[in-house]
Amino acid sequence: MSIDSISLACSAIVLLLGSAAFAPLLKRMQAFLIEFSFLLSTVASFLVTAAGVWAVARGINEQVILLIGLPDLPFHLRLDALSGFFLTVIGLLSMFVSIYSIGYVKGYIGQRSVTSLVIFYCLFVAGMLMVVLSDDALCFLVSWEIMAAASYFLVVFENEKPENRRAAFLYLVVAHVGAIAILLSFGILAGFAVKAESFSGYTFDSMRSAQLPIEWATAAFFLSFFGFAAKAGVIPLHVWLPEAHPVAPSNVSALMSGVMLKTAIYGIVRVTFDLIHVFPVWWGAIVLILGLISAVMGVLYALMQHDLKRLLAYHSVENIGIILIGIGLAMIFKSFNLPLLAALGLIAGLYHTMNHAMFKGLLFMGAGSVLHATGERNMEEMGGLIHKMPWTAALFLIGCVSISALPPFNGFVSEWLTFQAFLLTPALPSPLIRLLIPLGAALLALTGALAAACFVKAFGVTFLGHWRGQHHPRVHEASWSMRLGMLLAAVTCFCLGILPSAFIDWMDVIAEQFTGTTIASSAGRYGWMWLTPVSYERASYSGLIVFLGILAIVALAFVMLHVKAGRIRRVPIWDCGFEKINQRMQYNATSFSMPIRRIFGYLFSIRERVELAPQAAHKAFPKKINYHISIRDRIWGWLYKPVVDASFWLSRKVGKLQQGRIQAYLIYSFVTIIILLVFLR
Amino acid sequence: MTVVPYIIELLQIGVLIGLAPAFVGWVRMVKCWAQGRRSAGLLQPYRDLAKLFSKDVLLAENASWIFRFTPYLVFGTAVLAGGIIPILSIDLPLAPTADVIVIVALFAIARFFIALAGMDIGTAFGGMGSSREMMIASLAEPAMLMAIFTVSLANRSTSLSEIIQVIYSGQSVIRPSLAFAFLAFVLIALAETGRVPVDNPATHLELTMVHEAMILEYSGRHLALIEWAGMMKLFLFTSLGIAAFAPWGIAAREELSAVPLALLYMIIKFGVVGVAIVLIETGLAKMRLFRLTEFLGAAFLLATLGMLAFFILD
Amino acid sequence: MELTTVAHINSFLAALVLLTAFGMLVQKRIYGLIHLFAWQGLFLSLNTAIVGYVAGKHHLYISSLLTLSLKVILLPYILHVLIHRLKIRKEVETIVNIPMTMLIGIALVIFSYHLTAPVRELSTLITRSTLAIALATVMIGLLMMITRRHAVTQIIGFLALENGLFFAATSATYGMPLVVELGVALDILIAAFIFGIFFFHIHTTFDSLDIEQMARLREED
Repeated sequence: MSIDSISLACSAIVLLLGSAAFAPLLKRMQAFLIEFSFLLSTVASFLVTAAGVWAVARGINEQVILLIGLPDLPFHLRLDALSGFFLTVIGLLSMFVSIYSIGYVKGYIGQRSVTSLVIFYCLFVAGMLMVVLSDDALCFLVSWEIMAAASYFLVVFENEKPENRRAAFLYLVVAHVGAIAILLSFGILAGFAVKAESFSGYTFDSMRSAQLPIEWATAAFFLSFFGFAAKAGVIPLHVWLPEAHPVAPSNVSALMSGVMLKTAIYGIVRVTFDLIHVFPVWWGAIVLILGLISAVMGVLYALMQHDLKRLLAYHSVENIGIILIGIGLAMIFKSFNLPLLAALGLIAGLYHTMNHAMFKGLLFMGAGSVLHATGERNMEEMGGLIHKMPWTAALFLIGCVSISALPPFNGFVSEWLTFQAFLLTPALPSPLIRLLIPLGAALLALTGALAAACFVKAFGVTFLGHWRGQHHPRVHEASWSMRLGMLLAAVTCFCLGILPSAFIDWMDVIAEQFTGTTIASSAGRYGWMWLTPVSYERASYSGLIVFLGILAIVALAFVMLHVKAGRIRRVPIWDCGFEKINQRMQYNATSFSMPIRRIFGYLFSIRERVELAPQAAHKAFPKKINYHISIRDRIWGWLYKPVVDASFWLSRKVGKLQQGRIQAYLIYSFVTIIILLVFLR
Repeated sequence: MTVVPYIIELLQIGVLIGLAPAFVGWVRMVKCWAQGRRSAGLLQPYRDLAKLFSKDVLLAENASWIFRFTPYLVFGTAVLAGGIIPILSIDLPLAPTADVIVIVALFAIARFFIALAGMDIGTAFGGMGSSREMMIASLAEPAMLMAIFTVSLANRSTSLSEIIQVIYSGQSVIRPSLAFAFLAFVLIALAETGRVPVDNPATHLELTMVHEAMILEYSGRHLALIEWAGMMKLFLFTSLGIAAFAPWGIAAREELSAVPLALLYMIIKFGVVGVAIVLIETGLAKMRLFRLTEFLGAAFLLATLGMLAFFILD
Repeated sequence: MELTTVAHINSFLAALVLLTAFGMLVQKRIYGLIHLFAWQGLFLSLNTAIVGYVAGKHHLYISSLLTLSLKVILLPYILHVLIHRLKIRKEVETIVNIPMTMLIGIALVIFSYHLTAPVRELSTLITRSTLAIALATVMIGLLMMITRRHAVTQIIGFLALENGLFFAATSATYGMPLVVELGVALDILIAAFIFGIFFFHIHTTFDSLDIEQMARLREED
C-alpha cells in the first residue's frame, strides 16, 4: 500500500478538525448535526486505530515535518511504536464513545444547544491525537493546551450550576500548573541539548541525544513527572478528578477517564524511557511508591462514595496507580540492568493502560445510560434497574467484572502480569529493596480485593434489589447506538482477556525499543492459547481455557439438571418470614461500605451524626432517625488549603501595588527606566 | 498423545465432586463426637443434597437472571479449580491453565457473583452478608498473596505442579519460612471457607451469618448446587494446602496404577485435616466481626514473617 | 550432628524466638504474655545449648541451664504470684492499635536486617544470620515497653529486650564469658525483685498499675 500510517493518522486529525469547523454551520439542525459529526469522528477514530495497529505491528518509526508552527520552529510529528500503541488506545475508545454519543447527545436536544459540545468534542480528540504524535516540545505543548482547553469547555457544558463551574475551574488550575511544570522540564532538556545556543533543541530528537548531569536530569524528571501526574490524577494531585469527571456529560467523562489520563502516562513513558533513558533506582522507587499510594487510597475513596460517577472517577485514580506500579517496577528493573524483567513490567503497565481505557469507558457509558434514563446520579436513589434496562445492566456487569480483575476478562491479565513482575524481585541485587517490594505486592492484592467490593456495591445498589428512591421516573432502556458502543467495548474487554498472547506479541515492539528485549518470545512460546511470561515452569495462564472450562461445566450442569426438572415457582420474598419488608430496608451504598469504613476510616476525616426523634408514647422506639455522614479528603486540608490560602495572601500583598492614583503608576515606570539604564550601561 | 492424563483428570474431578460431601460429613461426625453428641452419619450430606435436588425451586418475584445463573457459575468455578489443583496426580492436562494466583481469582469470581446474588433480592440480610463477605475477602487477599509469595520464593514457581516437583526433588527442606506460610495459610483458609472463628457454618441466627446470609433466598436445586460448591471449596482449600506444604503421596508418574495409592494417601491426609479442623472449631469461639482485622492481620503478619525469614535465614 | 542440620535447627529456633516476640507484641491477655515469655526463654536456652555443642564452648551449657531456670521457671512464677496477689486486671490496653503495632514491628525487622548486613559479610560463625533476628527482638521489646500502658507489660518488655541481647551475644560471638553471664543473670533476678517491690508501692499509692496514672506526677503551673 502506498499510504503510510502517519498520513493515515494525519488525515484522521484533519477530518476531526474539519468536522469541528463545519459544525457551526449546521446549528439549526441539531439532530442531523449530532449524527453527522459523530459519524465523522467514528470514521476518524477508525482510521487512527488502523494506523496505530499497523504502526505497532510493523514496528515503524516515521516522521513528518509540518509547516505550521512558528517561523523556524515547525511542528514535527513522529509515529513510532509507543505512539502507535497510544493511537490505538485513543482511537478504539473514541470510536466506541462516538457511536455511543449519537444516542446520548440526542438526549440534550430541546434542553440546550449541543453545537459547542460537538465542536469541542472533535477538538478534544484531535488534541489528544496530536499529543501522542508530537515529536517536539512546541507541538506537544500546543496540543496539550488544545486538549486541556477543549476538555474544560466540555466539562463546563452544563454551566448553569455553580458547582459545575467550580469543578471546571479547579480542573483548569491544576491542568495549567501541570503544564507549567512540563514546560520547565522540556526547557531543561532542550537547554542541555544544544547548550542554549539556538532554539533547535526543542525537538525530541535532540533531547534524546543530550547528555544531562544527574542533578539536572533529576530536576527534569521530577518536573515532568509532577506535570504528568497532575494530569493523570496521581495522589496528591488528584483532587480535580472526582470533581470534574462527574459533572461532564457522560460520553466526555468516558473519554476523559479512558484516554485523557492515558496521554499523561504516554508523557511519563516518553520522557523517562525515551528522552532520559538512563536513570538511577530511586526514581523508579518513587514512581512505585506513588503508584501504590494512589492505588490504595483511590479505591478507599471510591468505596466511600454514593455518587456513581464520582465512584468511577476515584477508580480511575486507583487504576492510574496500578499502571504506575508496572512502570515503576520496569524502571527499577531497568536501572539494575535486568532487561527481561523490565520488559515484563513495562508490558504489564501498558496492557493495563489499554484495559483501563476499555473497561472504564464501558463503565462510564453505562453510568451515562443510567443517568440518561433515570435522571439520577446518586446510587442510593436507584435499584432494580436490571429489570428495566437489561442490556445496560449486562454490559455494565462485564465492565464491573473486568475492573475487579476476575478471569477470564482483561483486568485479570494485567494484574496477573504485574504480580508476576513482583514475584521476580528476588533477582534484584539490593537486599533492602528485595524485602520491601513484596509488601507492595500485598498492597496491590488489597487494592484488587477492595475494588471487587466496591463494584459489588456499585452494581448491586444501582441495578439489583428494589427501587430505593422516593420518586419514580419512567425508566427506559438505552437507545441502539448507546448499546452498540457499550457492546463493542465489552467485546474488546473479553478479547483482551482471552487472547493475551496475541496482544503481547503485537505490543512487544515497544518493550524492545525501550528495554532492549522482548517478552513475546517466552510469553507466546506455547502458542496463542497460553501466556507464559517468563517460562513455562514458572507460571502459565490460559484465559481461553478458563472461559471454555467454566462454560462447559455450567452448560453441562444446566443440561443435566433440566432433564428431569423440578418446577420453578415465583413467590414473594421469604426474608426469614418477615412480612413487612419495604424497599427502605435494603442495603444501600453507605451501609454496604460500613465495615470497610470502620476499618480504614482513620485515613479520612469522617463525622457521623445520628438524631433520634422519639415517639411521644414510647421513648425507646424512635419515630424518625436522621443519619448524617460527612467524609472529607484529608489531603485537601493538608496540602491544598494551605497553598490556596498562601496564594491568596500573596496576591493580596501584591494587590497593594494597584493604588489607583496616576502618580503611583508613573513612579513605577520612572523607577523601572532608571533601573534599566543603570544595569544596561 | 496418550489418553491416560485425561483419564486421570476426569478421575480427579470425579473424586472432587463425589467425595467433597463425604469430607464435610466426616468433619461433622468428628465434631459431634468431640461435643458428646450422636452424629447423623458420614453420608448425611449426600442425603441433604438429594433432598434439595428433588424439591421445587421457589424464586422471589424480583429475582433476576444473575440470581439464577450464580449457582451454576459457583459450581463451575469450583469444578474447574478442582481440575487444576493436583489432588491425585501432578501431570494434569489442565494444570498449566492456571497457577495459584489464578486459582485464588477463580474463588474470587464465585464470591463476586454470590455477593451480587445476595443483593439481588433486596432484603437486609442479603446485603449484610454481601458487605461482610467482601470485607473479609479484602482483608484476606493480602495475607493470601504473601503466603503464595513465600511458597513461590522457596520453590521458584507459582504453578502448583512445579512446586510439588521441586519439593519431590528434595531441593527444599523444612524451612521456617514455609512453616510461617503454612500457619498463615491455615488462618486464611479458615476465613475463606467460612469456619469458626470467622463464620459459623451451622448457625441459624441471621445476624451472625456471613455466607449463609447471602444464600438465604435460595431453594431447591440452586441451593443444592451452592451447598455442593461450598463443600467443594473446603475440599479444595485442604488440597491446596496439602499440595503446597505436604504433597508426599500425590502421584508423580503418569500411570493409572499410581492412582489408587495416591487416593489412599489423600484419604488419610484428609482424615487428619478433618480432625484438625474440628479441634480448631471446638477450641475457639466465633469472633466479633471487627476483631477479624486482628485475626487476618495476624495471618498477614505470619506470612510476611515467612517471607522475611526466607531472606534473612536462608 | 552435622553442620547443616545444626544450622537448620538454629534458624528454626531463631524464627520461633521472633514469632514469640511478635506474639508478645500483639497479645492482650497477661497470662498469655507470661506464657509466651516462658516459651521464648525455652527456645533461647535450647538454642544456646546447641550452639555450645557445635562450637565446643562448654560454658554455654551453664548459661543455657541458667536461662532455663531463670526465664522459663522462676520469673514466670514470680510474675504469676504478683498478678494473683495484686489482683491485677487480666487485660492490657495498648496505645496504638494492634495492626499498626504489627506493621511497625515488621518495619523494625526489615530495618535490623538492613543494619546487620555488613556483619553478615564478615562473620564466619554458623549463627551469623540470626544476628538480625536478635536485634529485631531487642527493638520489639522496646516497642512493647512503649506501646503498652500496664506496668507488668513494661517489665516483660524489658525482659524480652534482655532476651534479645542475650541472643545477640550468642549469635555474634558464641556467647559472653561465664563471669559476665552470671553477673547478668544475677542482675536480672535483682531487677525482678525490685520491680516486685515497686509494684506493691505503686499499687498501694495509685490503686492501679496503669502507668498513665503516673502522669499525675508532674509540675503544675
